[in-house]
Formats: sequence, C-alpha cells, structure tokens
Amino acid sequence: MASVPETEIRRTPLYDVHVSLGARMVPFAGYAMPVQYPAGIIAEHNATRSAAGLFDVSHMGQAILRGDDPAASFERLVPGDITGLTTGRMRYTLLLNDAGGIRDDLMVTRIEEGGVPALFLVVNAGCKDADFAHIAALLADEAELQILNDSALLALQGPMAEAVLATLAPECRDLVFMQGAEMTLDGAAAYVTRSGYTGEDGFEISVANEAVAGLAQTLLAHDGVEPVGLGARDSLRLEAGLCLYGHDIDETTSPIEAGLAWAVGKRRRESADFPGAETILQQLNEGPTRKRVGIRPDGRAPVREGAVIRDAEDAEIGIVTSGGFGPTLGGPVAMGYVNAACAASGTALKIELRGRSVPATVADLPFVPANYKRAR
Amino acid sequence: MANRKYSQDHEWVEVEGETGMIGISDYAQEQLGDVVFVELPDVGKMLDRGDEAAVVESVKAAAEVYAPVGGEVIEVNDALNGDPSLVNTDAFGDGWFAKLRLTDPADLDELMDEAAYKTYCEGLD
Repeated sequence: MASVPETEIRRTPLYDVHVSLGARMVPFAGYAMPVQYPAGIIAEHNATRSAAGLFDVSHMGQAILRGDDPAASFERLVPGDITGLTTGRMRYTLLLNDAGGIRDDLMVTRIEEGGVPALFLVVNAGCKDADFAHIAALLADEAELQILNDSALLALQGPMAEAVLATLAPECRDLVFMQGAEMTLDGAAAYVTRSGYTGEDGFEISVANEAVAGLAQTLLAHDGVEPVGLGARDSLRLEAGLCLYGHDIDETTSPIEAGLAWAVGKRRRESADFPGAETILQQLNEGPTRKRVGIRPDGRAPVREGAVIRDAEDAEIGIVTSGGFGPTLGGPVAMGYVNAACAASGTALKIELRGRSVPATVADLPFVPANYKRAR
Repeated sequence: MANRKYSQDHEWVEVEGETGMIGISDYAQEQLGDVVFVELPDVGKMLDRGDEAAVVESVKAAAEVYAPVGGEVIEVNDALNGDPSLVNTDAFGDGWFAKLRLTDPADLDELMDEAAYKTYCEGLD
C-alpha cells in the first residue's frame, strides 16, 4: 500500500468553490489556497476597498480555551489585558517567548458557553500546530484547549460588508470593531466578529465545515461581493500597516520594536508577569534600538522583503520585511526595520534594488486610513 | 504571427530584417498576474542570448526576462513606464519590451515556432 506523504497538501472545505471560480491555487502553510481569481490581484484589492471581498481563511487555526479562569491562565502567555475582556469583546495579542520575541500574533475573543466564560482563539496557519502545542503544554494543569478542526473561517471585508451580511443577520449591524456574537447565517450557526486584516470594515465568520460552501455561495451571489485571494489579502494588509507573521514579526522581534506597544496592556506593564517582560519593559522605557516603519519608495519599482536599507550617507541601517505594490496608493509600499535614529516619519532612506539604490522615505502607518466601525 | 518565435522561458521575438522585437508571451503574463513595473534595458546595451534583458514586477513578485536572441538594444518601449499593464492586456503587441539589432540570426534556430510553443505550454499545465 502506498503511504501518505507527510507533507501532503491539505484542502480547506472551500477548495472546490475556489476551483469552480477559476482560482489559481498555490501551496501556503500546508494548504492549497487561492492566490488570485481570474479578476486578478489589483481588481480584487480594489473590490475590497470599494465594495466587498470574500476571503477563505479556513487555513487559520481556531480553538477554544476553557478552564476555571481561562483569561487569567492565558495571560501567562501573552502581554494583553485578557481578564479585562467582557463577553463578546475581542483583542489582538501576541504569544511571546521568554526573550520577549513573538511566537505568533493572534485574536482572542471572550465568549460565553451556557454562562461559563471561555476564550475563542484565532492564530496564524503557519504557526497553529506549534501554538496549540505550546498553549496546551503550558496551561495543561489549569485549562483545556479544544482545536476546532470542524470549523471553517470566512472573512467578508469592505464598505459593503455590513449591508451584505445584514441580509442574513440584521443584528450584525450592532457589532462594532473588535466585538463578536453568535448568529445564524443561512441556517447555520456561526460566530461572527467585526474584525479583519484589510484595514476595512468587515467580519470574520466561523462556521461549520459542512456549511461554509453554501454560505460562501450565498455571500458571493450579492452584487459587489468578489472572491479575493491571498495576493490581494497581502496588498490590503500591507497598505493597512498590519504585520505579517514570519515576515514583519517573528521570534527575534519584540512587540516594542514592531510598534505593537499598544498590545502590552497597562495593567500588564505594572504586573510585569508575561514572558520576556523584563526585556520588553526595558525597551518600553528606554526605547528600542530598531523600529518597524512604513516606507514609500520613490518611483514605481517595488522593493521586496530582504532588501537592504541605507541612510543618506550609505550606512546600512535596516532591512525591508514586506514590500510590494499598493493598488490603492498606485505605487510601491514597504515596511521594514531601521535603526531608531532613522525611524522618524519623513526620514530619507535608500533601498538596494538590483545593484542600484532607490530613494525612499519613512512614512506613517497605515498607508491607507483604516475604515473600521468604531464604538461611538 | 508566422515569424514569431519563442524561448522555453516564455520570451518571444519577432524578426524583421536585422531587428528583433522582444517581449513575454501571453502565457507568461497570465502566470505573473498584474504587472506593475517593468525595468527595461538601456539603449545601446549588448545582450547575449540568455542574458537578463528586463525585470517584470507583478504585485506579488519580480521575474527576470532573458534575451531570447543576442543583440544590441536599439529601442525600448517607453510606454511601459507609464502603463506597465500593457504587458497584461497586449503581450504580443503594445506590451513589447525592446528592439534588438541581432548579433547572430542562428540564435533563432534555438527557438520554438508557434505550434511547438503551444505544445510546450500545454505540457506545463
């Protein structure tokens, strides 16, 4: 009998939908994922900014953490204020290593199951096996982690997202950015959060694997909702100034260097009881030696991850961690790390590109203003 | 186009007299996706067959374009600086890259004709 190769590529429950839509499928984090549909990355990007885009993010890891006090338990692994979350509130936080480096970034929502609080976690696809093993091992005595292998995840993003989802669940209008609630969509039980990875208003929808294809087709049947692949997901998040794990942040970058100090809760700074707290709080007080910044290269040529950044005197001061073309800006955009002395907005940089040097400028993040629906 | 010939790297050349016009094929532009920038060679540059002649940047990545034939660059398509998407919309026409004065017409013998290239591409999918 033939053995199944260990590296066999996995499919999300939407694989057949992607293929029927004409997607170009590529391997990503062990899954066959759509990088683009026939419309192309720029059209998909623009559809999300102007109307609505539907993304399959079922490759991401979903889990529920239960225990006597799951929020208090989880705070041992992250710097965010988790115990302060009320039911239906969501927070961006970071799994840290003992040196204060970032193991992963993730979304945490406090949910309630029959009156009992629990945490709903969504982590990056490429990190999920390691994340879940880490969480389960470190919290083995106090909490239980249930990995939701039977759930898919959709993201509906863009200024039309609310109007479209409201045709299935009018109560989605009551959510504001970083809130979640249970809803019934097209007859299927779903957990919906008002969140995303594009800088636009929108929702992420966790729903059973067997219901997701039908729900996706229902959403795509609306005028103005276009399927969007990983290519535009990347250009959208880059314009929104959002970090991509494994590129802009990793085990060697701290939250302070990454410009994510806001994810280190005020109470947590005082209690200093998260992994790497000593290093992180020192950087917070004294300032980090390098910082993540937005970069606008002059001209039209994109600069890519790995490109060396120099100052006006040609001294090497950093490296590009994400770079590409921003369709909304109509030009190249990048993010990278530079020496703290060169991190002020407006600082002139030079970036190496194919043996020459492209002038560039440090720019404020996000490049494109966020369009979230905030609480009034 | 009867006198258009193709390389295995999906570049094409159309020869008229001593001049060869080069570009990338429809198959190549489709694989690259939306082209956002093309770095063209300098006029006067001497290229051997297989030398890097240009770089095409799509939203996602950069790809090298190799000279399908050797020659001196005598003209480049400046229209691509203003509208790189011409490579997507008209790969064999307005999306051309450069014109070369051919060094050696025998270079053409190494390339595929239309029918052979079509078969070659079908074998890649």
